[in-house]
Amino acid sequence: MAAGTFRLRNGRRLPISTEALLLAALGLYVLGLCVWPLMRLLALVFADGLVAGLGFIGQVWASEAARVATLNTLDVALWATALSVLLGGGMALLVSLTDLRGRVVLVFLLILPLLIPPQVSALAWLSLIGPQSPLWTLPGLDGLRPARNPLLGREGVILVMGIEHAPMVFLALRAGLRALPGDLIDAARSVGARPPGIVGRVVLPLMLPALVAGAALAFVSAIGNFGVPALLGIPGRFSVLSTLIYQRLSGFGPTALPDVAALALILAGIAAAGIALQALALRRFAVPTDRTGGGHRGFQLGRARGAVTAAVWALMTVLAILPLLALLAAALVPSVGVRLSPGTVTISNLVEVVAGLSMTQRAFVNSLTLATLAAVLTVATAVPMAWLAARGFRVARGLNLAADIPYVLPGIVLSIAFILTFLPPLPVLGISLYNTLWILLFAYLARFFALALRPVMSALTQLDPALEEAARNAGARGLRRLVTIVLPLVAPAVGAGAILVFLGAFSELTVSALLWSRGNETLGVVVFSLYDEGRTTMAAAVSIWVLAVVMTLAGLVTVLARRLPEGVLPWQS
Amino acid sequence: MAVVSLSNIGFSVGGAQILTGIDLALAEGEFLALLGPSGCGKSTLLRLIAGFEAASEGTIDLDARTVSGPGRHVLPEDRGIGMVFQSYALWPHLDVAGNVGFGLRVRRMPAAERARRVAEALETVGLAGFERRRVQNLSGGQRQRVALARCLAMKPRLLLLDEPLANLDAHLREAMVDELRRLHRMTGVTVIYVTHDQAEAMALADRIAVMEAGRVLQIAAPQQLWREPANAAVARFLGRGQIVPGEVLDPGPDVRVRMFGHEVRLRAPQNMASGPADVCLRRGDLRPGPDGFRARLIDCRPLGDTYLLTVAPEAAPGIVLRAEASFAPSADRSLCIAVNDGWVLPNAGGVQAAAE
Repeated sequence: MAAGTFRLRNGRRLPISTEALLLAALGLYVLGLCVWPLMRLLALVFADGLVAGLGFIGQVWASEAARVATLNTLDVALWATALSVLLGGGMALLVSLTDLRGRVVLVFLLILPLLIPPQVSALAWLSLIGPQSPLWTLPGLDGLRPARNPLLGREGVILVMGIEHAPMVFLALRAGLRALPGDLIDAARSVGARPPGIVGRVVLPLMLPALVAGAALAFVSAIGNFGVPALLGIPGRFSVLSTLIYQRLSGFGPTALPDVAALALILAGIAAAGIALQALALRRFAVPTDRTGGGHRGFQLGRARGAVTAAVWALMTVLAILPLLALLAAALVPSVGVRLSPGTVTISNLVEVVAGLSMTQRAFVNSLTLATLAAVLTVATAVPMAWLAARGFRVARGLNLAADIPYVLPGIVLSIAFILTFLPPLPVLGISLYNTLWILLFAYLARFFALALRPVMSALTQLDPALEEAARNAGARGLRRLVTIVLPLVAPAVGAGAILVFLGAFSELTVSALLWSRGNETLGVVVFSLYDEGRTTMAAAVSIWVLAVVMTLAGLVTVLARRLPEGVLPWQS
Repeated sequence: MAVVSLSNIGFSVGGAQILTGIDLALAEGEFLALLGPSGCGKSTLLRLIAGFEAASEGTIDLDARTVSGPGRHVLPEDRGIGMVFQSYALWPHLDVAGNVGFGLRVRRMPAAERARRVAEALETVGLAGFERRRVQNLSGGQRQRVALARCLAMKPRLLLLDEPLANLDAHLREAMVDELRRLHRMTGVTVIYVTHDQAEAMALADRIAVMEAGRVLQIAAPQQLWREPANAAVARFLGRGQIVPGEVLDPGPDVRVRMFGHEVRLRAPQNMASGPADVCLRRGDLRPGPDGFRARLIDCRPLGDTYLLTVAPEAAPGIVLRAEASFAPSADRSLCIAVNDGWVLPNAGGVQAAAE
């Protein structure tokens, strides 16, 4: 690659291009943050060779608790995935193939769970079904009030995770259905097939890979989910791998590291199987793309339209709106155990968590700072990296793939890898990042790099290469082109990427749960600890603030979506 | 002196040979068209000259400066060549003046002088006063002109145009051909123009290089290319020349050729040897007449002012030829076809002689 040369101050030129320097810096960054910690994790378990490492994993696996947690993980992940497929898949078919009323709002309600942090979802559902829920004061329901929260335990974990991950199946299938040529449905109609037959024999077989890909994504998310089993499983004495790892490490401290590293590898192995399935399904996703005849116009529900619309809306109200209202209700009562009524309603909790309680105040400051820094830094690295990858630098493409690993692997695996890497003092500097805010920042940078990279990458690959070539022609060199031509053109995608990272980091719990320390709390952590201490009204109040910020930003990015190229926003339609 | 000269350029990617042995030289102010079917490598050749790809073999000189050669590849940003892209590649985040003045800005030209140069370039392409327009709001033809102005503002020594009219509709294309002729006369810039449309190439170029499968088959002025194709491929590509076997009986400036058992006088390259040769016949040169070869009429269909005949010579019933007639022939299925003009293709060894 005989690209431009790097000019030294004395006017001499080094035979290294600026692109190569940039690439080397990015390579160090990605390897250091995304690859090295995971290598440390592998190295710890397999330090004495493959056989010894496998033997050690076997030994850990032999303990009753680990086996139960592994089987529980698979059990709830599979059932939750089944629920996600049923809910997300069914809704995708109804929304994409019928003339249901109010589809735009329905789509928004369907993807809403994706935006809500898992621990907030879990808390919202607990508030809705729990003994204190205002739901039971509704006429006809007052006899159903449970004595103990029925969501604590296996079924609750399955239900909440199933709903939380349904949008992934929905989005995968909807994307496939939108690309389906209308001719295929018209052709089936012309030979006399009825809508149910067409869906069963034409649409679904073609959509199978999309459905499998969505289901695999939901499965991998369920395997790695921490927020839901932490809030619903731990009090119900129902353990999965992520909560077992958390409990062992917070109970025994760093001495438990080898043990939890082995558990983390079991978890990572299950996740890798799911990711491989997804990749396989996506590769086989070959729906005919000849859409010269245009998309399908969908089926008319006819006389059933009113009834189906009402049923779908009722379901989505229960699944998406009621839990949030219950959460709000839980935040508006003065203390745990008090029922909401016109006489008891108060905003004191909402004020207290931002103006009184020092832990939550710190958490707001910490989370805002971390999320802002993470958003700015990931975007600042993602743009040059995507640029180099889009320009065909093989190394950059490799780094691109490497940046995906910390995002698709369960967050708890990443946090253990980070403890292993940053617990010992840093070379040269001689200080340990453990117990500081910095380890959280670095973990977020690794975890969410892919979130910033994907939108920028997809915007860049859709950009006409001639736009940059024309700038070269006019004499503009590498970095100048990046700043004056490329950056303005992908700016909306960069903004979207930054907001996605901010959304992810702002209420992050899975990675933070193991990496936070006193004084360095984050919002995800305080929701969990307040709940753990039984201060659910405070936990609900913090959650309401988190939701307010998340919804505002999600709204902002959706407005921005009109200026975005296709495929930048995960929930864009 | 040549503005640009290519010698023995070869280009291969991943084992696939895209271009082989290309030699070209353009004089100051010359307009050269690279003409060939899609996939023949003409756009790749343009990208090699611009510097977006590095040649695998051979050298490229711009004004006697080697910009591409063994161990040497000057970046596109240092070549100072103007290029108009097929998609125009106008930057949507800049207005018309921002697009046209971008290169001048890169060169750190003072704002006032830049504004003057931008206005001048826009004036040249007939878009005076368009500075503050957004490029998204321009029509296809206007975008084309902005793309041209962007190059002209840089006053390049060499202008490369990559199928610039391919995205325009037919009547606009006609108008742009006139416009490009005017611009070339006015600016005197040296141009290489890639196209697959022979009418465009004929209308614009001083010389045309016909390309096929990564090679230049012939470089010649449009009229010569038409009348004296160097080989069968060029003859077929331009004006659908029909190649038939014949035998040269008598060399000379006008050779005597026996074709389908009939003797005719045809044009031929100098030093044509006696013996078997291929003959290029245009369909307009074959008309029913008293003195010609006997042929069987297969089909006759009207073409407006003339009729298109499909005939098979009786001496060689396997060959199907197209001919033209002013009147529909009588129902009689056999007729006599006169050969009014034709070109004897040079023998394989004589190709170069005819190309020069």
